[in-house]
Amino acid sequence: MKIAVCVKQIPDPASPYQLDPTTHNLVRPTEQVLDDTDRYGVEVGLQIAGETEGTVTLVSMGPSGNLNGIRQALAMGADGAILVDDETLKGSDSLTTAKILAAAMAPESFDIVIAGTESTDGYSGVVPQQIAELLGVPALTYAKKIDVEGSTVRINRQTATGYDTIEAPTPVLVSVTAGVVEPRYPTFKGIMDAKKKPVETKTAADLGVTVTVNQRIALVVPAPSRSGGQVVIDEGTGHEKIIAMLEQAKVI
Amino acid sequence: MAWIFIEEVSGAPAVVGLEILSKTRADGATTVLYFGKGSDAAFATLGEFGATDVFHLVPSEGSTGTAAAAAAIADLVGQHNPDAILFGQTYTDRDVAGRLSTRLDRTMISNGIDVSLDGSVGVTTEIFGGSQLVTTMFEGPGPHLVLIRPKSFPAEPSGGGAPTVTAVPLPDAGHAGSARVTGSFVEETEGPKLEEAAVIVAGGRGLGSVEGFELVEKLAAPLKAATGATRAIVDAGWVPYSKQVGQTGKTVKPDVYIACGLSGAMQHLVGMKDSKLIIAINKDEEAPIFAVADLGIVGDVHQVLPKLIEALENR
Repeated sequence: MKIAVCVKQIPDPASPYQLDPTTHNLVRPTEQVLDDTDRYGVEVGLQIAGETEGTVTLVSMGPSGNLNGIRQALAMGADGAILVDDETLKGSDSLTTAKILAAAMAPESFDIVIAGTESTDGYSGVVPQQIAELLGVPALTYAKKIDVEGSTVRINRQTATGYDTIEAPTPVLVSVTAGVVEPRYPTFKGIMDAKKKPVETKTAADLGVTVTVNQRIALVVPAPSRSGGQVVIDEGTGHEKIIAMLEQAKVI
Repeated sequence: MAWIFIEEVSGAPAVVGLEILSKTRADGATTVLYFGKGSDAAFATLGEFGATDVFHLVPSEGSTGTAAAAAAIADLVGQHNPDAILFGQTYTDRDVAGRLSTRLDRTMISNGIDVSLDGSVGVTTEIFGGSQLVTTMFEGPGPHLVLIRPKSFPAEPSGGGAPTVTAVPLPDAGHAGSARVTGSFVEETEGPKLEEAAVIVAGGRGLGSVEGFELVEKLAAPLKAATGATRAIVDAGWVPYSKQVGQTGKTVKPDVYIACGLSGAMQHLVGMKDSKLIIAINKDEEAPIFAVADLGIVGDVHQVLPKLIEALENR
C-alpha cells in the first residue's frame, strides 16, 4: 500500500500564541513542533505499511522553519515528505489548505490518505473531508480502530453515543482520532536516518493552486473575563470548603 | 435567507440543530436540511422549534450518505441560492459540510459561537482558550458555510406547527460515496450524560493513573454527576473519547464543574469555562484553572478527594 499521512508543524502549544496585530494571522516561530495529534496518523500509516510492504509519505503545508516537526515524523519511520511552503499561503482557510494538500498528493495516486481529525492550532475540523472530495474518494472519518483487508479498509467510527463500523474500498481517506494507536518513540537510529530522508519542497504555483481569500477578520476583542475566586492551600480541611460551596449552590 | 443542516440522531433532530434554529428563526432562517430517516414526530419537533420548510435527505440503506448528501445540497443551492448554510460542529455535519465546501468552492468558518445573518454574514469564534473573540465577515459570493459549536445558543421551542416537507432524492456519488455502514454500537455510559448533567466531575493527568480516575467516579456518584476528562488522559487511554471536554471534545455548561488534578490548558478551558460554578483541586498553585475557579484548593487530589468522598457518603 502506498500511504500518505497529512501532518502539520505548529508552534509549541506550551508557549503563548500571538496574533499579528495588522494581519490577524498567527505569528509562527521558526521553532515548530509536530502537532501531537499527528503522531497517531503517522503510527497508523507505519503499521499499515508494515503489514502491506508499503511506503509512508508525509504531506504538509506551512512554513518550513527548521523542519523540526517533519523530522520528528520522519524519525518515527516515514520514508519521505512533501512540504508546501509558500509565503502567499499565510492565513489560508481550510479549503485552500485542502486544495494544496490534495494537489500535492494527486500525482502520487496513494491507496490510503491518513489525516488527524483536526489540528491543535487551527482545529477547523473539515480539511480531511475537503481533501476526500477533491480526490474523489470515500472518507472513513473519526477512526478509533482501523483494519485493512485486501483493498478494503474498515474502521470503528466515533459517534456521539458510541461507534459505527464502516468500510470502503481503496483509494480512501481515513481521519484518525488521538488515542487510536500508541505512537512509537523515535529510536536513535531513526533520528539519525531522518536527517538523510528526502523532503521535497513545493510552492502553490508549482501545484497550480491560486489562493483566494473570501473572509475578513473584522474585530478581535478580549472575551468578557471570568474572575477567579478564592484560592486556599489545603491543610487537611480543603474538602470542607468544597462541601460548604456545594451546599451554598444547593447541589447537596 | 439561510438554511440549517440538521442530522437525525437516535430518531430525533440533533440538539445542536435545534439550538441553531432557535437562534436563526428570528432572522427568518427557518428552512432545514434534514439528514436521516425522518418521521412525523421528528418533523413536528423541527416545527416546534420554528422550522417552516424541510428538505428531507434520506441516506440509502447501508450507506453513510455524506458524499451523496453534499451532492444533493449543492444541487439545491443551485436552485434556491441561500445566503448561508449553518451546521453543527459535530461528526456527521463536518463530513457533509467539508464536502459541500469543496463542491461549491466556498470557504467555511468552523467553531462559531455566534452568527449574524442581517445583510452580510458574520461569525464569532473564540481563540486562545476563549480569552479573545474574533468576528469574521464573509466576502464574495455565497452560500457562506458556518459550523456552530454545540451549546452556543439555548434550544427553545417557539410552538410552531408542522413544516412543509419536501423529499430530496440523493444522487449516486460514485466511488466517493462508497463508504458503507456495517454496524452501530452504543457504548454504555452510566449516570447522566455529560452534555446534560447539572454537575460534572472532571479529571486530568494529576490523578496519576487510570486507577486515579476511580476517585473522580466515586465523587461523581453521590453528586449524581457526569464524569469528564482532559484530552491528555483520553489520549493516554484512561477514559473513552466520549468523556473529553474541551476544544476537540465536548462543550459543557453545568451548574457546577469540579476539576480534579487538571491544570486548565487552553484546550480544556474553552469547553468548560462557562460553567456557573467552578471548583478546582490541583497541586500547582500556578495552574491556569485557578484563574477561572470560584473556589481553588491547592492540594493533592489523592489527599483531598478521599476526604471529600467520605464526607459526602456520610451525609
